[in-house]
Amino acid sequence: MSGLLDLWTVVAVSGGAFFFLAGTVGLLRFPDVLTRLHALTKADNLGLGLVVLGLLPRAEGLQGAVKLLSVWLLVMLSGATVSQLIARVAGRESPPA
Amino acid sequence: MTPASLLDLGIGAVALALAAFAGAARSSFAAIVGFVALGLLLALAWLRLGAPDVALTEVAIGGGLTGLLLIGAERRLRARAMAEASDPVSTRVRVAAAVLSAGVAAGLAAAVLSLPIPAPTLGPAALRELPRTGLDNPVTAALIAFRAFDTLAEKVVLLLALVGVWSLAPDREWGGRPGQRYPLDADGVLAFLVRLLVPVGVVFGGYILWVSAGAPGGAFQGGAILATMWLAARMAGLTDAPRLCASRVRWALAAGPLVFFAAGLAGPLVAGGFLAWPVGFEKPVIVAIEIPLMLSIAAVLGLLLAGPAQRDGAR
Amino acid sequence: MSTATLFGVYGAVLVGIGLYGMIVQTELLRRIVAFDVLGSGIFLIFGAVARRGAAGGLASDPIPQAMVITGLVVAFAATGVATALLLRLSASAEGVARRPEGPP
Repeated sequence: MSGLLDLWTVVAVSGGAFFFLAGTVGLLRFPDVLTRLHALTKADNLGLGLVVLGLLPRAEGLQGAVKLLSVWLLVMLSGATVSQLIARVAGRESPPA
Repeated sequence: MTPASLLDLGIGAVALALAAFAGAARSSFAAIVGFVALGLLLALAWLRLGAPDVALTEVAIGGGLTGLLLIGAERRLRARAMAEASDPVSTRVRVAAAVLSAGVAAGLAAAVLSLPIPAPTLGPAALRELPRTGLDNPVTAALIAFRAFDTLAEKVVLLLALVGVWSLAPDREWGGRPGQRYPLDADGVLAFLVRLLVPVGVVFGGYILWVSAGAPGGAFQGGAILATMWLAARMAGLTDAPRLCASRVRWALAAGPLVFFAAGLAGPLVAGGFLAWPVGFEKPVIVAIEIPLMLSIAAVLGLLLAGPAQRDGAR
Repeated sequence: MSTATLFGVYGAVLVGIGLYGMIVQTELLRRIVAFDVLGSGIFLIFGAVARRGAAGGLASDPIPQAMVITGLVVAFAATGVATALLLRLSASAEGVARRPEGPP
């Protein structure tokens, strides 16, 4: 059972790392602000989410699990807000064609 | 001695690359972003060094608050049309600086590599005295019991720095409000986020103080979170900075060190020495001191971030 | 090489990078950034000393850790004063935020 949980941790965290990598490549390679924001949200939601899900079996009881999940939720909340604000400023400075 | 792993090599290499980037980047804004990233990465280094309390402080204060300070300053400098410097340093000075820096770095590295084995340590002494403080976290015990005088002096240094910042206000604005007034967009995204986040952040800051008795945390880290929540509320326009001559501001700043100092003065009467805590009552006294201390720290950090008075002066 | 020594050496290199930046940078704000990098390097060296002092089940000697926490807060305060000074300088005399003109 614990071997299965370890396997789950490795797979999920690796998946999360892949999405972080994809988000970073997108940040570096996409042409403008809006598409880069799009890439970053993948890292935020999916990447961090998979990492958190992978770490859940290793959390210390219910309290630790709730802390991990609240980290994910807070990052998503602030990430979504900041993306909106950045996109609004970018849209004002150079309106999409 | 645990051998250095590939992870440590990786963290250090990226840290050095970020530091070099912060130095060599063409735009100031990029340099500051590189510096903030360096701070966040160093938090990982602190975890590898077995110091989670320091990692928390590095993220909150070293990376977060310092980054906010620098970004705000860069924006205001850019707005005043400070052109990119056009008189770079001569090559001779560059070479001399490089030689000097390399020499200092090499000297420090040599000192690190020749540290005595076995390493002298105060760990066992701290662990021995830990039960007498009623705490379980030796770093908190070091800050508030063993080296309480250092922490009191640090609070005073923070207040002096704040007075220094305040003294830079123009004469007619003395006692006014620091920073700019941010417009409120009551239905906007930022106001929504702040309304959700600030209560969570305040609870979190208090939790980090409360849990520091037995787990990583502390008054400084909690205070930094509270200061950031105040900044967030200001940036959303939901609150404005108070006038610096207001007595509540002055009391909020002074309460922490005053309580700390008063408890320390009571030490010789109750427990045998300045800043000695009464036997059997250490933990309640420490908690009673740390709560106003955290609020004062939050006030000082937030006001240092806000800067000198700029409007609504008293004169 | 152990973890502690490795990070101590990294700290020494950061000190070098920060020192070079402080001398060579023309914009004063970037000198402040270099000062902070210098400080981070010094704190890392402290961290290496603390890690080497691990004993009695602790991962790291708590006294140097307390000193580093104090140092981090004081470094922030110093950065705050330096930044406020820089902003005041630039407000009162445009163009002073560059290195003063010297003999070529």
